[in-house]
Amino acid sequence: MSQNAEKVLDHFKLFREPEYVEMFESKKKNFEDAVPAEELERVREWAKSWEYREKNFAREALTVNPAKACQPLGAVFAAVGFESTLPFVHGSQGCVAYYRSHFSRHFKEPTSCVSSSMTEDAAVFGGLQNMIDGLANSNAMYKPKMIAVSTTCMAEVIGDDLNAFIKTAKEKGSVPMDMDVPYAHTPAFVGSHVTGYDNSMKGVLTHFWDNAERTPNESINLINGFDGYVVGNIRELKRVLGLMGVDYTLIGDQSDVWDTPTDGEFRMYDGGTKIEDVKAAVNAKATLSMQEYCTEKTLAYCADKGQQTVALNHPVGIAGTDRLLMALSELTGKEIPAELLKERGRLVDAIADSQAHIHGKSFAIYGDPDLCYGLTEFLLELGAEPKHVLSTNGNKAWAEKMQALFNSSPFGKGCVAYAGKDLWHMRSLLATEPVDFLIGNTYGKYLERDIGTPLIRIGFPVFDRHHHHRSPIWGYQGGMNLLVKLLDKIFDEMDKDTNIPSKTDYSFDIIR
Amino acid sequence: MSTLRQIAFYGKGGIGKSTTSQNTLAALAEMGQKILIVGCDPKADSTRLILHAKAQDTVLSLAAEAGSVEDLEIEDVMKIGFRDIRCVESGGPEPGVGCAGRGVITSINFLEENGAYDGVDYVSYDVLGDVVCGGFAMPIRENKAQEIYIVMSGEMMAMYAANNISKGILKYASSGGVRLGGLICNERKTDKELELAEALAGKLGTKLIHFVPRDNVVQHAELRRMTVIEYDPNCKQAGEYRQLAEKVHNNAGKGVIPTPITMDELEDMLMEFGIMTKEDESIVGKAASAA
Repeated sequence: MSQNAEKVLDHFKLFREPEYVEMFESKKKNFEDAVPAEELERVREWAKSWEYREKNFAREALTVNPAKACQPLGAVFAAVGFESTLPFVHGSQGCVAYYRSHFSRHFKEPTSCVSSSMTEDAAVFGGLQNMIDGLANSNAMYKPKMIAVSTTCMAEVIGDDLNAFIKTAKEKGSVPMDMDVPYAHTPAFVGSHVTGYDNSMKGVLTHFWDNAERTPNESINLINGFDGYVVGNIRELKRVLGLMGVDYTLIGDQSDVWDTPTDGEFRMYDGGTKIEDVKAAVNAKATLSMQEYCTEKTLAYCADKGQQTVALNHPVGIAGTDRLLMALSELTGKEIPAELLKERGRLVDAIADSQAHIHGKSFAIYGDPDLCYGLTEFLLELGAEPKHVLSTNGNKAWAEKMQALFNSSPFGKGCVAYAGKDLWHMRSLLATEPVDFLIGNTYGKYLERDIGTPLIRIGFPVFDRHHHHRSPIWGYQGGMNLLVKLLDKIFDEMDKDTNIPSKTDYSFDIIR
Repeated sequence: MSTLRQIAFYGKGGIGKSTTSQNTLAALAEMGQKILIVGCDPKADSTRLILHAKAQDTVLSLAAEAGSVEDLEIEDVMKIGFRDIRCVESGGPEPGVGCAGRGVITSINFLEENGAYDGVDYVSYDVLGDVVCGGFAMPIRENKAQEIYIVMSGEMMAMYAANNISKGILKYASSGGVRLGGLICNERKTDKELELAEALAGKLGTKLIHFVPRDNVVQHAELRRMTVIEYDPNCKQAGEYRQLAEKVHNNAGKGVIPTPITMDELEDMLMEFGIMTKEDESIVGKAASAA
């Protein structure tokens, strides 16, 4: 026996013991009907060829490893950004377990969210009763100030009408008539989590603003969009806004609920935008979205209400942050303070210090449309050469906007934006037109193992590294964090490549 | 947008819903109204008399071809017919597969988001059969159709369907703005048809908007894929549809919350008109030859 009570092996070691190795071999030989190892290798290599790539890109009826999630995930993300708000997903229960675990694995924090638990009978007779009981239970059990309703595929396919259901539930006394229960239809088979974020955010604003009289004032609204770095980014954004002295409302603030302290008190809700502030935000002069593709419908609605709107694309790096600060300055008339100018100078200085190592390095990037844009722009600033930028939830307009960005820099030459493609497409790209580094979320580790391209984890979700979401990537400070992240990987790879004694270690340097 | 009038035609399958609605809308177009027809029937025949076409490309078939609804342009799905009536068919799956109800939801969302409703006076939804599921209730959700017109006849099952549709409207009317605009009786020459239609309208708390007499010219026009209004504008039947159009036009805001009745009450009503007699329980289940 390889282990006993005195010597317990964990899963890393246990299955490497001879008895297990032998067992797996025998299982493969006798029961798995495996193809010969050489044949396996031959096909694996063929699947990295140009010939295979062409077949892969001609693929129509199948998606393999899409780099996107579904609408209700984004709706839940948006909902938890409001004060004491319980996300309520009308539909089947398993979906909600997925949203909760997905966020908890990324943020390492519990995510509270309830389901109306529709089953077979509700699929036949409609989910009205589930809405009535669900709202009543949610209110009684979890005492939220607001319940934000979204839907899963099931409720959408049978055509449940949230507006009518919520009204009826209120009439039946599930929740008080004056309780805020905004809603959004979020069919998971349309769009992605960024669409769901947009729909949910618009649902909340519509709920509070539709019948509101607008008296314009000088304040500014900011909407962050779906963002895996939300905890760090919002805190950085608040710091910058504070330095500038801007009168603002952050519509949706998840920075506290996904970073609660361990001090003996469980906080089901924490922080978030106050309901009163959301109501008052209709009067704002302008609404600024940090992520254009997360807020297309929401911003159009703000514009309809008479506000000025500005859309950014995940402002990372120098130009991205410049645009953010200049937009704020232009909208509010406030000067950009010297302190921020100094931070900018420091980032430029750091970039210049490390320029020799990043210049000319080639990159592939995948992720949400706005993040891809922000990161690509930053890489171009660094003199790096993005080659493949892929966004499963990007559309034609996004691809065109990316192309314009590539065209704006000599380092963007030959780079291609792939809208609507998946990670199996990315595999072909990495195999046929190799790059030095891959930027993506945790799922990129399979590509890293398969193709050998080193992965730099930037995106959502990041499950297998901890606490990245606590550091900002927005602003000059965020740019600094990103720069360090990129450089760390570049130097790690450099060390790996030069560490064979008396063979390659002539470059195994202490100083880089 | 505030002046946009949205109406919907519902009724039992085969009752002449599409024929009645297209003739009425053609007459409304004659009155100078700008109209959009949204066919919500997988058969996609709600616009053939306006377009003179067998069946137009539907939103869902084009979306399936293009990969997704987001890839469609409004020009691809909207056709212009008689007197500039804009026509869209939502389409849907072949019988026995998929979910036509979801198709209706998808299509209407697409049309709204892409500005199909801009600049029209009327949007008319033509919806198949009974309100069988949530998808087919899409046109009666809040901020969609304000008035529902039920096409029926003196046949028992048509009245039964009309009553069922009223139940669907009631569900949404109590919490929303949708109302029953009235009944339109499409004559089938059954016993005491007009009286029955009026009585049913009374029971449902609404009125019989118009009694459309049976006239073979409708068939002649249909064979030519035309409305009567276009095929023979001076015939008597065209006048009937014009009257109906006028009545619908003047019925804005006059819809009611329906008061549907039970199956027993419906049967009682038929007895009242002597079509069934109370003592005649013996006829239930007996063939004509056996009587």
